[in-house]
Amino acid sequence: MNPLTRAARLLRRNLVVIAGLGTLGFLLLPNVIVTVFSFNKPNGRYNYEWQRFSTDAWTNPCGVADLCGSLSLSLRIALWATVGSTVLGTMIAFALARYRFRARSTVSTLIFLPMAMPEVVMAASLATLFLNMGVSFGFWTVLIAHITFCLSFVVTAVKARVMSMDPRLEQAAQDLYATPLQTFRKVTLPIAAPGIAAGALLSFALSFDDFIITNFNSGSTVTFPMYVWGSAQRGTPVQINVIGTAMFAIAVLCVLVAQLAGRRRKRS
Amino acid sequence: MSTVTTPVSTPHDEPARRTRRVPYWLLLPGILWLLVFFVAPLVYQASTSVQTGSLEDGFRVTWHFATYWDALSEYYPQFLRSVAYGATATALCLLLGYPLAYLIAFRAGRWRNLLMVLVIAPFFTSFLIRTLAWKTILSDGGPVVSALGSLHVLGLTDALGVTEGHRVLATPLAVVCGLTYNFLPFMILPLYTSLERIDGRLHEAAGDLYARPLTVFRKVTFPLSMPGVVAGTLLTFIPATGDYINAELLGSTDQKMIGNVIQSQFLRVLDYPTAAALSFILMAAILTMVTVYIRKSGTEDVV
Repeated sequence: MNPLTRAARLLRRNLVVIAGLGTLGFLLLPNVIVTVFSFNKPNGRYNYEWQRFSTDAWTNPCGVADLCGSLSLSLRIALWATVGSTVLGTMIAFALARYRFRARSTVSTLIFLPMAMPEVVMAASLATLFLNMGVSFGFWTVLIAHITFCLSFVVTAVKARVMSMDPRLEQAAQDLYATPLQTFRKVTLPIAAPGIAAGALLSFALSFDDFIITNFNSGSTVTFPMYVWGSAQRGTPVQINVIGTAMFAIAVLCVLVAQLAGRRRKRS
Repeated sequence: MSTVTTPVSTPHDEPARRTRRVPYWLLLPGILWLLVFFVAPLVYQASTSVQTGSLEDGFRVTWHFATYWDALSEYYPQFLRSVAYGATATALCLLLGYPLAYLIAFRAGRWRNLLMVLVIAPFFTSFLIRTLAWKTILSDGGPVVSALGSLHVLGLTDALGVTEGHRVLATPLAVVCGLTYNFLPFMILPLYTSLERIDGRLHEAAGDLYARPLTVFRKVTFPLSMPGVVAGTLLTFIPATGDYINAELLGSTDQKMIGNVIQSQFLRVLDYPTAAALSFILMAAILTMVTVYIRKSGTEDVV
């Protein structure tokens, strides 16, 4: 077979691989740009054009006013929103997955609706409520808004896990004279834990990165996404790219460590 | 949904009645929360949309339904544009996302976990920062624009009206590109989940029956991945249609979507009735489209 047809054949067989890797490149390209431009020294206020290499922003990540304050505020809000939505959502998920009761389908619809609605609708309606109630916008209104929209995602994640659980495990615990509380603590909760963890992780990520709902409900409170949004108008400090790059690196590192730990545990 | 287990009975006798109440106690706090912070706001918004008045004198319910009509007749171009951009971005996400989901599910081997991490990892860099990076990528005179220009692609897209004056930024192309990029992972993940569930032996069986690879895909793989396709298209179409970030950061005033209008009416113009009416129309339009779509595609168990 001549090499040209062989190459053509190889190409045809791996077309999906090439297309898939192309998509992956499309997905990762902005991250590459963010990383490269974290080493830029821009002329003027905007960091959109490459000028020259510098590590200034990396050595002084909190060098611009309010940036690190907004970051810590976002982390705090994300933490509390995760706690709130995970507790409320897990309870609803258990009720939906384990019990038959009246109004079950109404509850399911109520959980589904916030996810089937554009964020801007939910954001505007919640802000309307706060305006009508005379609540002043700030930390609490943002936190309430985040818990509200994270709730449905937690319910979905936990419900999927609890529904796939073998009910005989709990019956076995009961047969061995475990009290309901012991059964829950020693059997149900450990099995449901991965679902709860997934829900919690998802709500942390959703809350930390949320812009639209925060935009409507924050008043003059500036979370990290709000800071970035404002900087698109006022001028983008290089430090934004430093934080973006660092978060990406930390996330990838965490996943790699978790993978390695999992592999080691499997081996031992 | 069919695997509902009855609550396990306790060794004592009396708690039968108590366990019957358990689901309600479990639901109480969360449902109360949703009633106060999700349902009540919608009711307030419905009432706001039929109010008239001014910021100084306050707003009062006057059942002024004309607000809906005025809003629709003034902003229908933005509505149509949102649906068009949202639908185009969703189609592009499916086109781009399917090969990658397929690659991860069937061809990645031991690289599977790494590829999954790479799909999810961008999430951890704030999406606003990543959207701003597209400003650099698509900038006038940048490598992408010059390459497209020298390949005469921009001439063609200019003629089609999706770009203008041989630039990409501040054109429909840039906004749709941003939308596609932002919601692509929401397409890939459900696609991957449903592709991964497909039994590999079905492919072998189809091959044994002399189906060509393309036929295997058309008759076996794609139909079995339909739940993922439906979930993925919903997860991209809904947020893409309501989005205003990409239009604001990558577009110009000619690419404003309905989200931009709602945001500026609510936060800048402070015309709350119009903002409320617009978001109700948007909600109704999207819920109708979603319901029809789910019915048509025949997979009602995506919920």
